[in-house]
Amino acid sequence: MSRYSIFTLARNALSHHENWDQAWRSPEPRREYDVVIVGGGGHGLATAYYLAKEHGITNVAVLEKGWIGGGNTGRNTTIVRSNYLWDEATHLYEKAMKLWEGLAQDLNYNVMFSQRGVMNLGHSLQDMRDIERRVNANRLNGVDGVVLTARQVKEMVPIINDAPHARYPILGASFQPRGGVARHDAVAWGFARAADARGVDIIQNCEVTGIRRDGGRVMGVDTTRGAIKAKKVAVVAAGNTSVLAAMAGLRFPIESHPLQALVSEPIKPVLHTVVMSNAVHGYISQSDKGDLVIGAGIDSYLGYGQRGSFSIIEGTLAAIVELFPCFSRVRMNRQWGGIVDVAPDACPIISLTPVKGLYFNCGWGTGGFKATPGSGWVFAHTIANDAPHELNAAFSLERFYTGHLIDEHGAAAVAH
Amino acid sequence: MLIITCPWCGPREQTEFAYGGEAHIVRPKDPDALTDEQWGDYVFMRKNPRGRHLEQWAHAFGCRRWFNVERDTVTYAIKSVYKPGEPAPEEAK
Repeated sequence: MSRYSIFTLARNALSHHENWDQAWRSPEPRREYDVVIVGGGGHGLATAYYLAKEHGITNVAVLEKGWIGGGNTGRNTTIVRSNYLWDEATHLYEKAMKLWEGLAQDLNYNVMFSQRGVMNLGHSLQDMRDIERRVNANRLNGVDGVVLTARQVKEMVPIINDAPHARYPILGASFQPRGGVARHDAVAWGFARAADARGVDIIQNCEVTGIRRDGGRVMGVDTTRGAIKAKKVAVVAAGNTSVLAAMAGLRFPIESHPLQALVSEPIKPVLHTVVMSNAVHGYISQSDKGDLVIGAGIDSYLGYGQRGSFSIIEGTLAAIVELFPCFSRVRMNRQWGGIVDVAPDACPIISLTPVKGLYFNCGWGTGGFKATPGSGWVFAHTIANDAPHELNAAFSLERFYTGHLIDEHGAAAVAH
Repeated sequence: MLIITCPWCGPREQTEFAYGGEAHIVRPKDPDALTDEQWGDYVFMRKNPRGRHLEQWAHAFGCRRWFNVERDTVTYAIKSVYKPGEPAPEEAK
């Protein structure tokens, strides 16, 4: 595989870009691997990459039932931030943030990580108290963050409706300057290419239909492309966690819900940061292409159908138009849904299981994209050592029995 | 949007209803007698099936009464609606 650089770009330009190498191989699955990763989303591919890079484990297959970048990795609103409230969550997301900051160089792939800042609006006195508390907690944990006044918000985002009689008056905001966005499918492609270069087999259109066990130990998986033996099986298949858990006789505290997002037609640059409002439930940014990327809420009911209710979109757009009246006549191009695994405390589960050699990484709810590299990094450590890293030790399945929940409903921008 | 048939009020739009999670989870009679595993299982663990699901809804902006719904979580199609206390419907073959 050739490295991407200005020279390879120039050389390929001479042949009209018709002779680029494929980014990764598509091998036939072997009969046996050291580690089989179920789920070829960003988290699964990152897990494979860090298994190879950090732990030297390269006899690894990533099994994806669809295609790379076709699941939640390509369906989110691309926002990256690490301003969570509790120590455990902050350290985990900040690990991811540090990896984001060097990711394009590390992967030799432009993931278009743009640290344009993330703003969380406060609309009430209680919102502002919560924001101050969270920013203070962030700073004590070494995460950047500032509290903005309403005037500073208006200076940064002149198109925002700051009228005092507005339905949702703006009293201020929290702002994380290192937050921003990344091109989500490039993240999947970059990890896939880099993992493949280190010997990982990426197998698409290969759905896992069973998890083989023998005496409390995992033996491999059954797939639509035949049985594959494995010493270790790592499941990181957001949206279908409970389905896969049931194959191994396990129960998880997970509920799967549809979450929707939509993008507008491209318009000239008008919004140079990410604006989120927890209270009114809208979040919006403008992509490099010019379209407004808008995240809606989750449907309250269980759903695996990758589509949600129109009433949810209606509610989100009402809030967006109230905050940004100038967007009222922008046309929406596309709208879609993804299935998110919601845990009771809005925090992920990155854990060993009662089945030896079987690991689960799930429950990222509505905000898994931002954690992609960090999630893969700690999960790879957990798999390689058969023990969690100190960053994810608190995120075990046991916390639902000990009661040590990590309640991040306030910092998760989408209400669960 | 789902059209949900309230057993008392008839078919109404989903926005009139509140979702109440998995049905037929019975609160243990003597919580003090349970182990942490049993209690955690009761409080947090869910079936979350891909397919047929028995779930609770409340007619929040209507008669405000609770009832159960048999719904497919992939197609979202509602198969049947029944009142609390009534037995769960047999799974269609």
